[in-house]
Amino acid sequence: MITEFRYRGSSALRKAVYALVELLMVTYAIMVLYPLFNMFMSSLKSTREMFQHPFALPTEWMFENYRAVWVEGRFGRYIWNSVSVTLVSMVIVVLFGSMAAFGIARYRYKLSTPIYLLFLSGIMLPLKAAIIPLFLIVRNLQLLDSHVALVCVFAAMGLPSTVFILAGFMRTIPRDLEDAARIDGSNDFGIYRRVIIPLSAPSIALVTIYNTVPIWNDFFFPLVFIRQDTLKTLPVGISSFFGQYQIHWELVFTALSIAILPMLVLYLFMSRYFIKGITAGAIK
Amino acid sequence: MKRNAIGRNLRIAFFVLPGLSIVVVFIVLPLFMSLFNSLYEWRSTTRGAYVGMENFRRIFAQFPYQERFFNALGNNVRWFLVTMLVQNVLGLSFGYFLSNGIPGSKVFQRVFFIPVLFSIVAVGFLWRLYLNPNQGLINVLLRAVGLDGLAKPWLGEAEIATFVIIAVNIWRWLGFPILVFYAAINNVPNECIEAAHLDGARESTVFFRVILPLIVPAMTIITVLTMIGSLNVFEQVYTMAGLTGNPFYATDTLGTLFYRTAFGGVDTGIPEIGVGSAIGVVIYLLTLLCSLGSILGFRTRETEL
Repeated sequence: MITEFRYRGSSALRKAVYALVELLMVTYAIMVLYPLFNMFMSSLKSTREMFQHPFALPTEWMFENYRAVWVEGRFGRYIWNSVSVTLVSMVIVVLFGSMAAFGIARYRYKLSTPIYLLFLSGIMLPLKAAIIPLFLIVRNLQLLDSHVALVCVFAAMGLPSTVFILAGFMRTIPRDLEDAARIDGSNDFGIYRRVIIPLSAPSIALVTIYNTVPIWNDFFFPLVFIRQDTLKTLPVGISSFFGQYQIHWELVFTALSIAILPMLVLYLFMSRYFIKGITAGAIK
Repeated sequence: MKRNAIGRNLRIAFFVLPGLSIVVVFIVLPLFMSLFNSLYEWRSTTRGAYVGMENFRRIFAQFPYQERFFNALGNNVRWFLVTMLVQNVLGLSFGYFLSNGIPGSKVFQRVFFIPVLFSIVAVGFLWRLYLNPNQGLINVLLRAVGLDGLAKPWLGEAEIATFVIIAVNIWRWLGFPILVFYAAINNVPNECIEAAHLDGARESTVFFRVILPLIVPAMTIITVLTMIGSLNVFEQVYTMAGLTGNPFYATDTLGTLFYRTAFGGVDTGIPEIGVGSAIGVVIYLLTLLCSLGSILGFRTRETEL
């Protein structure tokens, strides 16, 4: 944190700049919070009210909407699909990612830099541009219309940035800690599990949010790989909702509110660690 | 000694291989498959004869690919320029003022990241509603304050539609550069700022001469990510303007063109894997060249303490 200095030339100009920025920030904060508020309010309206007073508060609160979406909209199904796909992908990303970062950052050997660069190339090689070969690979493995295909692609999507961030952080952990654990009789896996991972917690929180959100929200790969309605994840499920409930916009809002809730809870829970993780120099 | 070395290599392999194999199969292998596929003629999903650079020639020189390709590429360039100028400049200044402890900074830090949590489907739906020409919030507000002249069909006018979608995307992503620059500026050692301050430097001088040179790595990351993002725009256009980039291809990008070619067909209505792969390869090459270029460009400006 930059401590307050009394800058020379703390002029009217400087004050004006600060006031302007404050105003911009408040405006942006309203632009962020209003749609969120609007979305939750609209999700509780009746169809008639939705059309007559789209931006007013609901006069009767239709909690019934949530039941309707959940039961009739097959939402339980989409949620379950999204939760399981995201969870399995994230376990793979965090576990394999932290292991690879450990193997790259905590040993000295010739191949460590080439392997690191191979992971990094994944950041610069956009997966979406590879959709044709990915489609062919998935089809040849008979994995079209299955969650396994999504998990594999999502793991590949998350690993490069995870290795980049975690390896960067793990390099800064002093060797002495590792040596001390080794004298206490720890083997390499013990050092990974009991020394390096606990110390990397802020960076792991950062990696978790950084990857969970795009995986949970991903629209592109389920759009290509999943045809069967019962296998769709939330974003694709909701978009097929648009056609189905064209005149019931309040139900679309209900669906969108349900979809963002888990991410909001995750973020509010982890935001402290998240900001700490970024500040801890994970991104340098 | 030797057995020790083998054991050590096995342990390294145990840690590195699971992640590495996923990356190789699903990222590196598809890259080579794209290169390979782009050199062949395809009938639907069956590979035909070797045609060399023919697919690339068609993108660059044959109707309708040529028109579509350069139109889409132009929009990707717009995406990059506007995002750099607006989103990243705002991100840098907000990040600076937040780390300077502007009133409310603790709350702002948390609020600004919320739009990133929205799914693109939600963003598309909400903003199409707000931008609706008749009952949309934006036009309603403009009319309420007497600016009727400014109210327009935001997504319906070819000249502005792309910029409107970019603006919505900036709304969604601004929190990310803010957080990265906030963190980078917080990591600038206080002594540096203090020393400059004691020498009698103004705040603006400290910002441009001390802080900026020290956060070049953060700028590199943000620039590279902006390039990658701008060259791979797809969902934003798909959810707000449809697969053909309405109105009449005005908002088309390489991503949507690529998708239509690979799965829908631009010319004949059937999947064009050859031309599609060629477009994919062009996206790869542009992404790689641009990001390497900016990494090297920034490296010469990096300052070590």
